Amino acid sequence: MDFISILSIFVLACFVGYYVVWSVTPALHTPLMAVTNAISSVIIVGALVASAAAGVPGAKYLGLAAVVLASINIFGGFAVTARMLAMYKKREKK
Amino acid sequence: MRLPLLSAVATMPVNETVQEIEIVEGHAVNPWVALAYLIAGVCFILALRGLSHPTTSRQGNRYGMVGMGIAVVTTLVTHEIASLPEIGAAIALGGIIGFVIARRIAMTAMPQLVAAFHSLVGLAAVLVGLAAWLNPGAFEILDATGQIMVASRIEMGLGIAIGAITFSGSIIAFLKLNGNMSGSPILLPGRHLLNLAVLVAILGLVATYALSGAGGPGEGLLIVWITLLAFVIGFLLIIPIGGADMPVVVSMLNSYSGWAAAAMGFTLHNTAMIITGALVGSSGAILSYIMCKAMNRSFVSVIAGGFGADATGSAGEGGIGEPRPWKRGSAEDAAFLMKEAENVIIIPGYGMAVAQAQHALREMTDMLKDHGVSVKFAIHPVAGRMPGHMNVLLAEANVPYDDVFELEDINSEFAQADVAFIIGANDVVNPAARTDKSSPIYGMPVFDVEKAKTIFFIKRSMGGQGYAGVDNEVFYMDQTMMLLADAKKMVEEIVKTLD
Repeated sequence: MDFISILSIFVLACFVGYYVVWSVTPALHTPLMAVTNAISSVIIVGALVASAAAGVPGAKYLGLAAVVLASINIFGGFAVTARMLAMYKKREKK
Repeated sequence: MRLPLLSAVATMPVNETVQEIEIVEGHAVNPWVALAYLIAGVCFILALRGLSHPTTSRQGNRYGMVGMGIAVVTTLVTHEIASLPEIGAAIALGGIIGFVIARRIAMTAMPQLVAAFHSLVGLAAVLVGLAAWLNPGAFEILDATGQIMVASRIEMGLGIAIGAITFSGSIIAFLKLNGNMSGSPILLPGRHLLNLAVLVAILGLVATYALSGAGGPGEGLLIVWITLLAFVIGFLLIIPIGGADMPVVVSMLNSYSGWAAAAMGFTLHNTAMIITGALVGSSGAILSYIMCKAMNRSFVSVIAGGFGADATGSAGEGGIGEPRPWKRGSAEDAAFLMKEAENVIIIPGYGMAVAQAQHALREMTDMLKDHGVSVKFAIHPVAGRMPGHMNVLLAEANVPYDDVFELEDINSEFAQADVAFIIGANDVVNPAARTDKSSPIYGMPVFDVEKAKTIFFIKRSMGGQGYAGVDNEVFYMDQTMMLLADAKKMVEEIVKTLD
């Protein structure tokens, strides 16, 4: 992919983000932060590429360290979001 | 001297170089792989979309997990892996740590946790950037002459810099929120100039690195300098910001962590990372904006820092004036008046969470409802220590979300309310924000509590005057009764009396 295609995806995704985030109810802003935190750990893709490649041990160990950090975030972020969301309950009709 | 041959930024690469890019990146343009990453990106959009309502939010979170699963599996199956057991062990180790933390963390500590998580994303971005610098072949960012492409050098440099700022900034935010470090701003002399100089130096170094001849794998120690300077600037940027502004800082760092992921996505030409980075970046930016607006502060003034540094001074001045008359109420008064009331609006602030009064408060609400009283909760956008924090704390105490209202939705109802019950909040009910132009909180949207027939104000003592350090007219109003006690004990007493 050339730079302009990538830039287009980026710019359009910024607009999607803008509209999607404004539609998030303020009551869920804390879970929003927790889940954005989890998904920004998609950086694990880069960490996996680095740690999978043979040849340069330095890069591999940096990559593995990044895999550990990103995994903490992914598992921790999704789990804590799920925990929070499970607490939001509707009023019981009496 | 070897010249960097091509740059994707350059407007029109000649034909030969275009072919070279295709050869070098042949593997990355496999349509199925690109499609898989795109699907992962769409899953992340759906994850955020789900948060528009509590009922769809859990499904949204599952979309997020699916997206992450797709991204990880796609990466693993499309790369030759020389070290699968090590990678498996790394994921397992991180996963267990993350899972245990997520299970154990107290909901009051959520802001610290989020700050800590941001720091990890930042550090991971730095490590990935450095790994790409050491082994650019694996990232397919080498040009025909064995140099890292100029565009990739810029993306790497910026990605590392943003990641490092996110890391060190989040560490400071964590220490301040967790109480390991004082919340009061640390003001270095000439800090604006210093910060500007460091930022310019970082950008200069990125540009120098991009244009230098030494662009081979692991060549050009400039990248190390960029990393170190960015760590320093992240630290410098956050230390002058006071505790009251931490909700903005946490949101801002959330945004940075997104931009760092996006920059790495550019390096890897990976759509999932770019889409996610853009989503997270916008999300954090919007939350920062909402927070700033709720405090009537400009983003620039928050970033410049120093808010709250002179709070002790103005609070002292307030104390010098003549003591004004105020009425003291008791738990019995509160119980009696609320039982007889038709509408009660509760305004919780962070003080309620500190006192852990939310469960007692919910018990009180249940009893009032049994007496036929309509009870609503009113939440200010900056109640708590991060956006939406108070809603989570109330949800944890089993307060149904349809009893909880935002500022603009409930403010008109105070005129009809029999009782406004303020617990652990102060600045958000201060009418000075509307009337007193000299007040530091002037212009901040606040609850019109003074329109309620009776006001109960739970406060530890008559000293201590909220974050902004300003006196509150509501204390001295005719219809106000001050309930001076620990929030939890007072509510428990009210519950006992109601029984």
